[in-house]
Amino acid sequence: MASSSRLEILNDGGLRHDARRPYELRSMSFHLSPHPTADGSATVTQGLTTVSVSVFGPREPRQRSSSSHDRAVIAVEVGVAPWAGTGAQRRARGDKRLAEVGASIRQTFEPVVMTHLYPRSELFINVQVVSADGGILPTAINATTLALVDAGIAMLDYISSVSIGLHLTQPLLDLSAPEEMDLPVLVVASLPNSGKITLAQMETRLHVDRFEEMLVLGVEACKVLKTEMEEYVKERTGKVVQRMSLAVEGAKGLQAGFIDGGR
Amino acid sequence: MAAVAVQSASSSRTHPPITILKRTREDLPLSQTKFLKKTARGKVLTFLRERYVRDDIPCGFESCRHCDAFPGHRPVLPDVGYRAHMKYTGKEGHYLVIDTNIVLHQMDLLAALPKTLPLIVPSTTIRETRHRSLPLYNRLQELVKDEDRIVWVWWNEERRETATVEEQGESINDRNDRAIRNTLIFYAAHLTISASKPPQLIMLSDDKGNRALAEAEGLLAVSAREYVDGLVPTEREKLVDLVVGGVDALGDGERRGRRIYDEYLSQDDLNAGVKSGRLHQGHFNASQYNYLEGTVRVMSLDKPVLLVGREAMNRSVDGDVVVVEIFPKSEWKAPGSEVLDQDLALKDDDADDDEDAGVTEEEKRAAAREKVEAEEAAKRKPRDVLPTGKVVGVIKRNWRAYVCHVDRSSLSAAALTSLSQQTIFATPLSRSLPRIRLRTRQAPSLIDQKILVTIDQWLPSSRYPDGHFVRALGKVESKEAEQESLLLEYEVPYRPFGKAILDCLPKEGDSWVVPPKKEGDVVWRDREDLRDLVICSIDPPGCQDIDDALHARPLPNGNIEAGVHIADVSHFVHSANPMDSEAASRGTTVYLVDKRIDMLPALLGTNLCSLRPFVERLAFSVIWELTPTGEIVNERFVKSVIASKEAFTYEAAQVRKDDKSLNDPLTMGIRLLNTLAIALKKNRIKAGALSLSSPELKIHLDSSESAEPIDVEQKQPRETNSLVEEFMLLANISVARKIQDSFPGTAVLRRHAPPPKTNFDGLNDLLLKRKGVQLDVSSNGALAKSLDECVDPANPDFNTLVRIMATRCMLSAEYFCSGSVSKDGYGHYGLASPIYTHFTSPIRRYADVLAHRQLSAAIGYSPLHPTLQSKQHVDKTLSVVNKRHRLAQMAGRASVEFYVGLALKARGAKVVASGKKRGIMEEAFVIRVFKNGMAVFISKLGLEGLITFTKSTHTFDEENYSLSLPKPEGGNVDVSVFDKVMVGVTIEKDKNTQRGKVVMRLVGPVDSDDL
Repeated sequence: MASSSRLEILNDGGLRHDARRPYELRSMSFHLSPHPTADGSATVTQGLTTVSVSVFGPREPRQRSSSSHDRAVIAVEVGVAPWAGTGAQRRARGDKRLAEVGASIRQTFEPVVMTHLYPRSELFINVQVVSADGGILPTAINATTLALVDAGIAMLDYISSVSIGLHLTQPLLDLSAPEEMDLPVLVVASLPNSGKITLAQMETRLHVDRFEEMLVLGVEACKVLKTEMEEYVKERTGKVVQRMSLAVEGAKGLQAGFIDGGR
Repeated sequence: MAAVAVQSASSSRTHPPITILKRTREDLPLSQTKFLKKTARGKVLTFLRERYVRDDIPCGFESCRHCDAFPGHRPVLPDVGYRAHMKYTGKEGHYLVIDTNIVLHQMDLLAALPKTLPLIVPSTTIRETRHRSLPLYNRLQELVKDEDRIVWVWWNEERRETATVEEQGESINDRNDRAIRNTLIFYAAHLTISASKPPQLIMLSDDKGNRALAEAEGLLAVSAREYVDGLVPTEREKLVDLVVGGVDALGDGERRGRRIYDEYLSQDDLNAGVKSGRLHQGHFNASQYNYLEGTVRVMSLDKPVLLVGREAMNRSVDGDVVVVEIFPKSEWKAPGSEVLDQDLALKDDDADDDEDAGVTEEEKRAAAREKVEAEEAAKRKPRDVLPTGKVVGVIKRNWRAYVCHVDRSSLSAAALTSLSQQTIFATPLSRSLPRIRLRTRQAPSLIDQKILVTIDQWLPSSRYPDGHFVRALGKVESKEAEQESLLLEYEVPYRPFGKAILDCLPKEGDSWVVPPKKEGDVVWRDREDLRDLVICSIDPPGCQDIDDALHARPLPNGNIEAGVHIADVSHFVHSANPMDSEAASRGTTVYLVDKRIDMLPALLGTNLCSLRPFVERLAFSVIWELTPTGEIVNERFVKSVIASKEAFTYEAAQVRKDDKSLNDPLTMGIRLLNTLAIALKKNRIKAGALSLSSPELKIHLDSSESAEPIDVEQKQPRETNSLVEEFMLLANISVARKIQDSFPGTAVLRRHAPPPKTNFDGLNDLLLKRKGVQLDVSSNGALAKSLDECVDPANPDFNTLVRIMATRCMLSAEYFCSGSVSKDGYGHYGLASPIYTHFTSPIRRYADVLAHRQLSAAIGYSPLHPTLQSKQHVDKTLSVVNKRHRLAQMAGRASVEFYVGLALKARGAKVVASGKKRGIMEEAFVIRVFKNGMAVFISKLGLEGLITFTKSTHTFDEENYSLSLPKPEGGNVDVSVFDKVMVGVTIEKDKNTQRGKVVMRLVGPVDSDDL
């Protein structure tokens, strides 16, 4: 119950309980390809929430029946590590809430991934919540985008996602778990370049007058997130390219040496 | 299935840039806080919370060059601090940094400190206060927000330099103390950047340990007492009495007093005990008649638990939530049958050293008497014996500021002129509170004053609670002081409306009018035009806030159309704005004899909302089609615009109705309403409605300026009173049905639960023994009938008296949220209606405003605000409204009582001057008899009083509620309950407290002076 909580959502100094201001997102870090066995993978940490996503495919579907002749099908599986600290009891298999997170992710990506390029195949996305402190879904979406990028799957655009809460009339960005408990939450995922929204999810009631303002703010925040993600991807790719060219040169040198040695 | 991509609207509002907070490596130790929490089931949970530290927290210093660009920076702290101190004499003055213990224990002092003294409140202090006590936190917030003061909140935990982490082996308290000391270190360094000679920083703390550590770190630290003592004399005089304790709290074992009371059990033991049913929890009620007795109503028993004696009451004060242990049945007692006045019994107690003082004579006697009585009680019928127990713990103190008088007898003769510190007693106005001991240096100036005192603590070694002086209200019996003390005593919020609230009023001010009717006007949307109807209002004389107006007209089919039009307050007061929250916390308008404390700003209450005649006003109308016998054929609710044709007083309306020569539409309307009202009343009585009685008095003021000669008379109800009442009841019932239908979970209703049958046991026994009649309490109809039969032909007032006493046996009506009570519990016992609400006085009652909003949503006029769809919210709001309503009634009654007192004084002075020493003679009824006295009720004055006998020449027959008094000429005369006696009433000034006291003497059949 919100009223019994002694947590102050927004204090008189305009600071949230973790000393952020309303429009500040939590500290964020990305990691590409943490799982070499997957075709693409990424780990995203936002505040104390960490989600790791692995992408397998495009590959032959495990079940023939679920395939489609003209496009790839996306399958999403979500798991929560027992130590993630969601505060809830141990999740039973087939948990409805997790299934819903999975469905949301699938629906978010279906219109954006160019599935027609991979007919009769399957894209399998495995989401693992490593630690949870609010915003599991947006973090998972961000991680999935990076994992898909890592796997080299064709997409129309990045998808970035953020949660937006409302305290009285003040929207707050990127909620932590205690804030999520007390406030109405809107999760927005959008294509930052075009400003299109692929997901807007809400589980609590909200006054209709505030909705538009929050939605617009969410899209703007998604743009900020995308810039951050893109920067990271470019920097890392640059490094990889550099390493590759080094490797090529090294190989050349080695070859040359070998040839020399052979002489 | 694919999610649709939509183009989002472009943003028009500007806001600060969206950024991602980047954490640097050196912040890592400060990045998380971890804590453990125990659930109700005893499971321990670990919580991990993220935390950031910032560089953009502003310091609030006027000429700071670093912080001025940070969000939220205001130049609050002046270049030159406070200088009117004798110890800290630096040219640049000083700032005070407030420690948590100051807020927790010295809040009154803090609020009274000079306004020019700059205070820095670290966020650690605020957070700790919030955790420890919400009321104090709210007061602290008020202080911080006060624009006239120099208060700066320093978010120390959020700023990088002053953020702290709990160190290994450090307690939370130590950590918080360190955080506050860090603030001082930071400011000292920070201010030197911008100012060559910054003000000094001083930590105000009553914690000896913290001060010592601060001094070791080279910081300045001072206790509240020391600081106040060093202020310039003019300030010191004002503040010196507000300092609590005076010295640092004594450690365990340092205070070696004889223990008078038992220690309380630990909180865990109490909880476990209550849960297991071994102990019982309830509100402590001190007895009005006997200061050594109190009762606690507990859930599990249908009779209250009796507490006899100081030890059993164990430091509980009226209103506290306490836990009691019940003794074995063999030790149960009956409530004492003697009046015991604390002022008299304890007049010799010494305020200074009661720890060593023995038990007073009177108490020894009381103890001895208790023993005898306990034996007697065993012989009595089991009905009289109550479960008896003692308090073993207090769950929640309900201490507030009490209005008191200084007890003159606790001052030594020398002290009357001396300005040295001394300990005195303050006697609270309310009889159910103990005397409070306080230390003061201004005792002489406090005599003859009403003062406000709060209780700080009550130690087991101290007979009385310790308190401190808050402020003086004014001279005793001056009108202002009495009025303010009344408002304080009944917790009536009486501050003027703030700016934020007044900003919610329509911009046009009192020139606001209903706009001309045209298509598309917001005000006229869905409003019915009833301006042509012949509508009038009927109210008491001098009424300015006219809530309701009426109309009636015959219909062609023989039925009658009747309408009740209520001021459309919800048009002006919107949900969840400052005006709405203020109205919700005030709950009701409070009517005192000479003053009205409004719930809504006067512009709305007495003008824009008030249905004044001859102007157009917005209304919410309930319109019925009724048969001539008062059956509802049809009802509808509509927002409307009306123009009242006349504002009558009850009297004027009565005259108009009775004037046969008048036959205009207005008069005809009133006659029609009247015939309908008579039919409605008949139906209601048939359904079993009660007509109860409580004495209503009217005070005649000479003029509004002077409080002096006045007269008292009982209100005369007229036919038109009942006319208005019937239609209001009808409207309320109709609305209740409608909103309950539309919002079954959250409708705002009002109910009156049937009283438990046992409540009438005492009264019935009394009636049977004295008059040989009984009340049938099986249902409200039966009770109404038996009340009607309760007449004594020789004594016409007897019926009224029984009604008054029956009213006291009943429960009080209350507001509730329909979702919180099962449907059988909705009924209104007194009105014999299955459902009821309050709709008809939205200007003066907040529940009505809520009902208006719900009805407006029910007819589809406006959407229902989310708060009114939440059961918890409605419940919370209504519990406040219920409390305010109760207190407002009590305040109103007390105000009448005060004026009755004044009137008697004025009249009495004349009578005494003319040579009659006994004062005013009045007829009175005996309503209760005690072993050493009786309680009487003067119906003409609505005044209850006690008559005590000092000699014991009389005999007391408890079984038959009778006293046998010796006549001076020999023989005895019996005086019993319900008997009519003559009493003489005088107002005497209590020598100690200077408080005017109504004193009654028995004059006939015998003179009580001889008893």
